[in-house]
Amino acid sequence: MSKITLKDLSHSYLKLQSKDEDWAIRNVNIDWQDGGAYALLGPSGCGKTTLLNIISGLITPTRGKILFNDQDITSKNPVERNIAQIFQFPVIYDTMTVFENLAFPLRNRKIPDEEINKKVNEIAEMLELTPTLQNRASGLTADGKQKISLGRGLARSDVNVIMFDEPLTVIDPHLKWILRSKLKELHQRIKRTMIYVTHDQTEALTFADQVVVMHEGQIVQTGTPVELFEKPKHTFVGHFIGSPGMNILPCKINNGSVIVDDTKIENFNSKISNQNFSKIELGIRPEFISFNDDGLPVKIINVSNTGKNNIVETESKTGKIKLITKASEKIPEGSAFLNFKKEYTYVYGDNWIVE
Amino acid sequence: MSLELKAIEKKVGEETHIYQTDLRFEKNTINVLLGSTLAGKTTLMQIMAGLDKPTSGEIWFNEKNVTGIKVQKRNVSMVYQQFINYPNFTVYENIASPLKIIGIDKSEINQRVNKVADLLKLTPMLEKKPNELSGGQQQRTALARALVKDSELILLDEPLANLDFKLREELREELPKLFKDRDCIVVYATTEPTDALLIGGYTATLLEGKVIQHGKTLDVYNKPNNLDSAKVFSDPPMNIAEINKKGEFCSLLTEEVNWKTNLNLRDGKYKVGIRPHNITTYKEGKNSIEINGKVLISELSGSESLIHFTNGDLNWVSLSEGIHQKGVGEQTKLFMNADEFLYFDNNNQLVGNV
Repeated sequence: MSKITLKDLSHSYLKLQSKDEDWAIRNVNIDWQDGGAYALLGPSGCGKTTLLNIISGLITPTRGKILFNDQDITSKNPVERNIAQIFQFPVIYDTMTVFENLAFPLRNRKIPDEEINKKVNEIAEMLELTPTLQNRASGLTADGKQKISLGRGLARSDVNVIMFDEPLTVIDPHLKWILRSKLKELHQRIKRTMIYVTHDQTEALTFADQVVVMHEGQIVQTGTPVELFEKPKHTFVGHFIGSPGMNILPCKINNGSVIVDDTKIENFNSKISNQNFSKIELGIRPEFISFNDDGLPVKIINVSNTGKNNIVETESKTGKIKLITKASEKIPEGSAFLNFKKEYTYVYGDNWIVE
Repeated sequence: MSLELKAIEKKVGEETHIYQTDLRFEKNTINVLLGSTLAGKTTLMQIMAGLDKPTSGEIWFNEKNVTGIKVQKRNVSMVYQQFINYPNFTVYENIASPLKIIGIDKSEINQRVNKVADLLKLTPMLEKKPNELSGGQQQRTALARALVKDSELILLDEPLANLDFKLREELREELPKLFKDRDCIVVYATTEPTDALLIGGYTATLLEGKVIQHGKTLDVYNKPNNLDSAKVFSDPPMNIAEINKKGEFCSLLTEEVNWKTNLNLRDGKYKVGIRPHNITTYKEGKNSIEINGKVLISELSGSESLIHFTNGDLNWVSLSEGIHQKGVGEQTKLFMNADEFLYFDNNNQLVGNV
């Protein structure tokens, strides 16, 4: 297992680059510690697959270096890098048994039979595949097949890193829950470095200890799920994480106070200086807004019940604001006032947090 | 306007894909078909559209028998999981295509395409080709084509499944609004319980070719008429246990967990279904019951914590608001909100939710 360092990585699919958009990824710097559980999160087109391919050695970056345990491996090919990779669609050998599928990567490495037996049984036990070991892999369900893919990734103990590329996309929701927590449980047990790539916030946040959020080829924030939720450093993180995402409202700064629709809003920063931003906004998550006797005046537009909560859509003069309330809580009719929790209300200048 | 399936059955060889089904959808409603892969959602939709014939039974539209009438002769639109557009046509031409086929004049086509493009935020992309668009925009184009026709029946087969999480969220919110002022019946198939809840309207739960329950979405969610319906409509999965009822007390079979109930039921064995958000690390509701758990794993989503735990033979999930980190193997106390319990008898039928 290895510590992974990405140093000043940039990659472009074009021969010549003149502007930021010409780069698929820009100035990526990451330190991933040995044995950690990490996620790369972002929408399609954000550069996460490019980054994954650079780590696995399928792409040589235009600029920058990749280090495993402080050794530069940028010029090494995928085989030399010794990585296990699990893809969106299960990759299995249909004609082989489940046992042989799991044993395959070990047989390739000429590991003695006895050790293979032990290892395969151990993995099968963890993934609850033991009863099917002697069955043909072709007869398995989609999630059963994906479990084999996972198992094969986990079978070898000599890999530097295990990478998962959207591994649960083809799995039904109720099985997703089971496989996801299984994966997390496995990580806790075997403590290998794992990198999980996804566009699904729930998968990223629940799996990883540290999440890297990517947007238009750049890292916009790296942090624990709690940090990303409670204090987004960039409006994109606020928007992308959380469901619904953060409310972003245009605001004005007047003598250090934040004003939305002529209403002064108390926020995380007690005094904000008038800096030279071309755009200044206020960010507040739906979870941190409540109805109040005074505050920001809004009209109630729509209420949707999610079973345990209500998502209430309101409209202020500046734009729509959503809040989440308990399903049991009464919702005012017509117009109402909103109160923002001060410690979770942030100001963003040109999309970055003003601290 | 109404769509009615009367004793529909679909067999392929010896295999039954749809067991005898009766369903009736009313004018201006959105109807969700909720069930996992292979539950029969797509088969039902193809029968509704006229793309497939039932083995037996009849389909009635607007009180007329339309069984056997081909899809071309019906006023139906369908949108699939895969984004299907004409690759050589511009977005404008794609949206206009169903109107051209039925010979509507140019100025009206222009007006209708612009209106629906505006609704689906496609106006800036009208001159582009589908492959220049993002997945979300491609699916919007397919939706626009379905809407421009003024079909009486619009069938959406997992339209958001291939989209990124955030695009799915955005489009899911817009969908009910798109259909609000239209004279049509919308049928929406999905595997995701959250989709059903947020789309609202009516929901039919499906399992292995059978419609289990059909009613207003929130009613089906709050009062599943049996255990299967409850399971299909629960994400994360519902926690289930056998219980013993004696007098005014219920207890879990596995451990000394007891609670008082005013259920009017004979003494004996029952099952209880508890949604994960009704087991929390803090007390909630008036009837809070303590349960000990051994933590398997805890997952934090930033605003919520999922704690997977065991208690005897039970392997359950709890969902709490806020951050509650628990170590693997840790013994912890959790609280169940008994006001939200669902009780089922030995035939898995709902007998109470008090």
